[in-house]
Amino acid sequence: MTALALPAGRAPRQSVSRDDLVKRGLMVAISLYLVLSLAAPLYVMLSKSLSTYRFDLTQFEFQVSDETATVWSKPKTAAALNAELSALAPEDLRAGSDSRLATTKFFKDFSFRSPVKYRMRGTVEDARWLVGSAPGGGTEWQEFDSNSFRRIMLRPTQSFGLDNFVAYFSTPSLSISIRNSALMATISTAITIAVAFGLAYALNRSRMSFKGLFRLVTVIPILVPSLLPGIALVYLFGNQGLLKPIMMGYSIYGPIGIVIGSVFFTLPHAFLIISTALSVADARHYEAATSLRASKWRTFWTVTVPGARFGLISAAFVVFTLVITDFGLPKVIGGQYNMLAVDIYKQVIGQQNFEMGAVVSVILLIPAIIAFAVDRIVQRRQVALLSARSVPYQPKPNRRFDMLCLAWCSVVAVFLVGIIGICQLAALVKLWPYDMSLSLKNYAFDLMDGGGWASYANSIRLALLTAFFGTIVVFTGAYMVEKTQGFSAGRSAFHFLAMLPMAVPGMVLGLAYIFFFNNPANPLSPIYGTMTILVICTVTHFYTVSHLTALTALKQMDAEFEPVAASLKQPFQKLFFRVTVPVCLPAILDISIYLFVNAMTTVSAVVFLYSTETQLASVAVLNMDDAGDIAPAAAMGMMIFYTNVVARLIHAGVSGLLLSRTQRWRDR
Amino acid sequence: MKHESISGRVAAPLGDIAMQDAATKPAYLQIDGLWKAFGEFVALRNISLSIREGEFVCFLGPSGCGKTTLLRAIAGLDLQSRGTIHQAGKDISTLPPSQRDYGIVFQSYALFPNLTIEKNIAFGLENTKRPRAEIDNRVKELLALVGLSSQAKKYPAQLSGGQQQRIALARAIAISPGLLLLDEPLSALDAKVRVHLRHEIKELQRKLGVTTIMVTHDQEEALSMADRIVVMNHGVIDQVGTPTEIYRHPKTLFVADFIGETNQFPVRIAGRSKVALDATDLACAPHDLPEGSEATAVIRPVDIIPHGNSTSESIGTPENLIDVKVEKMEFLGAFWRCRLSSARFGGRILIADFSINAVRRLGIEIGGAMQVELPSERVLVFPGNS
Amino acid sequence: MDDARLRQAGGREAALSSQCIAECTNPMGNPIMKSRSPAVLAAFAVTLLSSSAFAETTLTVYTSVEAVDLDRYKQTFEAANPDIKINWVRDSTGVMTAKLLAEKDNPQADVVWGVAATSLLLLKGEGMLEPYAPAGVEKLDQKFVDSANPPAWVGMDAYVAALCYNTVEAEKLGLTPPKSWADLTKPEYKGHVVMPNPNSSGTGFLDVSAWIQIMGEEAAWKYMDGLHENIAAYTHSGSKPCKMAASGETVIGVSFEFPGAKAKQGGAPIDIIFPSEGSGWEAEATAIIAGTANLEAAQKLVDWSISKEANEMYNVGYAVVAYPGVAKPIEHLPDDVASKMIKNDFEWAANNRAAILAEWAKRYDGKSEPKS
Repeated sequence: MTALALPAGRAPRQSVSRDDLVKRGLMVAISLYLVLSLAAPLYVMLSKSLSTYRFDLTQFEFQVSDETATVWSKPKTAAALNAELSALAPEDLRAGSDSRLATTKFFKDFSFRSPVKYRMRGTVEDARWLVGSAPGGGTEWQEFDSNSFRRIMLRPTQSFGLDNFVAYFSTPSLSISIRNSALMATISTAITIAVAFGLAYALNRSRMSFKGLFRLVTVIPILVPSLLPGIALVYLFGNQGLLKPIMMGYSIYGPIGIVIGSVFFTLPHAFLIISTALSVADARHYEAATSLRASKWRTFWTVTVPGARFGLISAAFVVFTLVITDFGLPKVIGGQYNMLAVDIYKQVIGQQNFEMGAVVSVILLIPAIIAFAVDRIVQRRQVALLSARSVPYQPKPNRRFDMLCLAWCSVVAVFLVGIIGICQLAALVKLWPYDMSLSLKNYAFDLMDGGGWASYANSIRLALLTAFFGTIVVFTGAYMVEKTQGFSAGRSAFHFLAMLPMAVPGMVLGLAYIFFFNNPANPLSPIYGTMTILVICTVTHFYTVSHLTALTALKQMDAEFEPVAASLKQPFQKLFFRVTVPVCLPAILDISIYLFVNAMTTVSAVVFLYSTETQLASVAVLNMDDAGDIAPAAAMGMMIFYTNVVARLIHAGVSGLLLSRTQRWRDR
Repeated sequence: MKHESISGRVAAPLGDIAMQDAATKPAYLQIDGLWKAFGEFVALRNISLSIREGEFVCFLGPSGCGKTTLLRAIAGLDLQSRGTIHQAGKDISTLPPSQRDYGIVFQSYALFPNLTIEKNIAFGLENTKRPRAEIDNRVKELLALVGLSSQAKKYPAQLSGGQQQRIALARAIAISPGLLLLDEPLSALDAKVRVHLRHEIKELQRKLGVTTIMVTHDQEEALSMADRIVVMNHGVIDQVGTPTEIYRHPKTLFVADFIGETNQFPVRIAGRSKVALDATDLACAPHDLPEGSEATAVIRPVDIIPHGNSTSESIGTPENLIDVKVEKMEFLGAFWRCRLSSARFGGRILIADFSINAVRRLGIEIGGAMQVELPSERVLVFPGNS
Repeated sequence: MDDARLRQAGGREAALSSQCIAECTNPMGNPIMKSRSPAVLAAFAVTLLSSSAFAETTLTVYTSVEAVDLDRYKQTFEAANPDIKINWVRDSTGVMTAKLLAEKDNPQADVVWGVAATSLLLLKGEGMLEPYAPAGVEKLDQKFVDSANPPAWVGMDAYVAALCYNTVEAEKLGLTPPKSWADLTKPEYKGHVVMPNPNSSGTGFLDVSAWIQIMGEEAAWKYMDGLHENIAAYTHSGSKPCKMAASGETVIGVSFEFPGAKAKQGGAPIDIIFPSEGSGWEAEATAIIAGTANLEAAQKLVDWSISKEANEMYNVGYAVVAYPGVAKPIEHLPDDVASKMIKNDFEWAANNRAAILAEWAKRYDGKSEPKS
């Protein structure tokens, strides 16, 4: 018998071929891309959330004179003075980067009319204060008369710690958003799943007519920014809304609007997932149920629902994540109802409180990451379920049931088309509700805030660039993960990075980009404010789904292509371009249209990153709505919709053409 | 049934000739002290092997025995953890696949689905500064060689499995590699096509004289095609030999068991060519096992010689003549498989395959008594019993 | 830019080389055409040479001026200062302020022109502004000039808090128009008032800071407690309440005068009401960003920005401008908008901003469920 254990010694290392060098280079390049566009910004954001500001009272020292301004008191630090007076509690010393603290708080008898004079200095070099609005500081004694002294404002110092989080949770107006967001996401998820399940059930399990049409209608919400249903709801249920009486006195601004809008924009996502789950039903289970004389109702609960359970769970988590991380809809229709994603915007744009924005971002990351993790686990099982061999279920005609399905689908379709229709109507009305004549004046975007027609052109440019470069980066990256040998630690790290964007809400990503790229110490800072950063951000934001699409396509390719090509002494790029790319062309086209449509509609990540030259149509919708120009916002939203419809048609045409040319081999 | 063809075709005479030829040549592929570990799991243990130029070698063993790992190490696809590989005198141990000299055919064929048959075959010929016309000629020649000239413009999906297999083979040999590696090339095909392709591949290999290694778990395939078989088990080579050697003189119980079928009995060694089965002594082939040790005696069903019932005269003075009762008979086309019980074997069942002829001649029938002979040189003894 | 002016500039080598580049890069031929390609020329000039050696300077100007006004301001300024080009970077006040503060250590702007004075005071506190007393600063209404000497910023015009009141909806509901801030707390207006959230809107903050300045801290918070009962929604932007009133989404929008006048122009049935206690206001102002490489050009811009000519230009949209005696009445607005303005202490507002906003958020943000 030979020895059982591996003899001591070193494992030989394969000498590196040119192919390996190229592949490793590409892998490093794309990993670097993901590190720079994702990991590093998130890290910087995390550290920003721990960056706190406090008034350090030991940094300031004061002397007071008597009325003659000749005799001076012993120097005392502000801390000592505060201890004497108990003027400020420790939590009052918590600050933002922008906080100021009046020095007069430490002098009980202060009067600006008094002839008393004051001296102050810093005990450390970086003690800072303002005299009025002029910056001051330094460790030299400086003298002020009482009228000037009242204008002195202490500035906080920066340190690191959990203060921001403490502040967040001790401010009910902020932390209530956690409850609100969770509540909205839960309710919206429940309703969306129910509606989507009904829709998917009708389209997969009945013999109703117009199935194709309904499938088409279901896609509509994907093609518009999530702000648009909010705008539509204003016109439908607002104070001047067409259907206002339905509201029975309740306001559409707030939870009701958020839920209805969320159902609208998450419906296609839920529908696609559940529909896939239902379409793989195994007819044998139903035959078994029939033979056991189970009632239809019982069959539904014992066969149908369990069979689709992974789809339902997965859809629920996807919807939950979409709602809780969405920014556009609650921004438009949320009214006073605070949600986490909007809080980030308010903290950053409204108050310039970047640290608190980072804190909310970190908090928003948590449910998103949990939802993402659960979804991944479920998806994995779902795949196993899908690959099982099953006999496809063929629904039998049943007039009553089919009519019921048709009715349900019609209700949903009316909802979806109605939302879009009302937007188009509003966009064309001159002055809702006082002058309902039609005009194109709402399309005069150049007269509004938000960037005008240039923003529309920018959006198309962004969408095209994102689709082009994104597809290249994503597909190449997926190829490196799936089809290279060795370097497995690197590959799984890369795969993890590629999966991460799904768990990162757009607002969080955008904010992280501000921190990372808008830092002069970062050599990449010149891309800040350019189209480049928008493209990078958008590609990264929508990386995961594209990556998974590419991976699925690549996994279907024979793993032995690469070894065969190597044995034939052909460079891998020849295989890549002559075989891999053509075979995966359908997936590649899908990725590019996915990126295009999302780049057209995305608001959340780019809202922090656009500049004057790179204003975007989707952000223009937001800004015009923000400025109260709701009709032009609707008009711009519809431009996005039509653009995406056209893009989809072109995509369908090009795919058809290319596929008929390059995919002939698929026909037997 | 495995047995059927074994009895029909014992050894490939061509293989023997090739063997003698090859014996004079130096090793073309030399593997020394090869180990492969995947983490804790050791897939190959100290493999050393020489393969001569022009030889057709099969790696045979059950799944998980390491045969594919060994092939992939030779191809440079899974680098070994220890040890060296030399090909044509050159150390290729650490060369990447693209710098080694081999063509490979996988179980899946890995034909490029979007390229026509001729483009598939031409794939390896491009980028070699050959003129287009020469490439075209070579492709035509290869298509003719595998008999698929008429299919040049078709896509792989339009061909049958067997045809795809031949295209994969043509593509692999297009670049005239020094070594042809076949990884379970026939296992995805149905039985008839498989038998047919065995011959074709073997023929082609002989014609081209290319050194070939084929991985298979199908002993029949290995026996019918290989010049030499490398039987592997648990990451170790159990035996290397010609098909006849492997079949007739298995070196281990595993080999005996894996190739062909066996009757196995726990015995105690009672002498240099004698074992004790319970109270009975049996003559056996000579062995080196120490007296008194536990062992397993093995005899193949085909090696059992029927002698009719105990009253009929026997030829000569056969040893190991046993009285048995026919418990069951199963007709398997070319022969009868009989389950025999014997008091001397302590009620154990002995499986024996008798020709139709013998059954008719000796009047063997269910419930009948008869004598069988276990020829001592076919009773093989291996150490240990379970 | 033509050849003659290039030669005047003195930087002859620079002119030559940049002209060559302009010619070489222009595939169209004809040299006169090429030399009239200032964008190309300027772009190369900036990259190749320090721009001070150059005849033409491009200033990066951050602004929050209404989008419609940008081109007009640029053209009017460039006509008066042909050697300076403006490169606008425009965004809403909040975003612009955030952007400027974020660029604290690496300023990208040369000049800020048309950003709220309160925001500029934040920048001043960070030491980001270059104090400069523009020629003729003494002629301005001094409430439009920073208190420091030399001033860190100078004002252009003011926007003044006002109520937009939808007469059609009011009639339907049988409401009477409010006359004062105090009126807004009347129970009849419950659910019919919309105002901007001071935490996200500069207009909202100027309202709150004005109330505190008019009424005193305690009374102001009490007033806001009462007002909060009537508020239907707090919007993110300052002009939205007025536009909501214009479209009948609400009856009373707490906003400022400019969007009101514009909406009325567009046919909306609204009245613009200036409450009797006086209105908070915000100055739009100009300042030089410290560390600019184009100080000379920046000073020229600031000089021009307070000129009479410039103030006449501001008057197209704004009823109140910094240069006394310039303002002409704006359609749909009363003639005496300036008289409605309270005495606004910008410095006090800037220094107490963080504390006021925190208090406001604590009291009203997130606690209120919307009412119909």
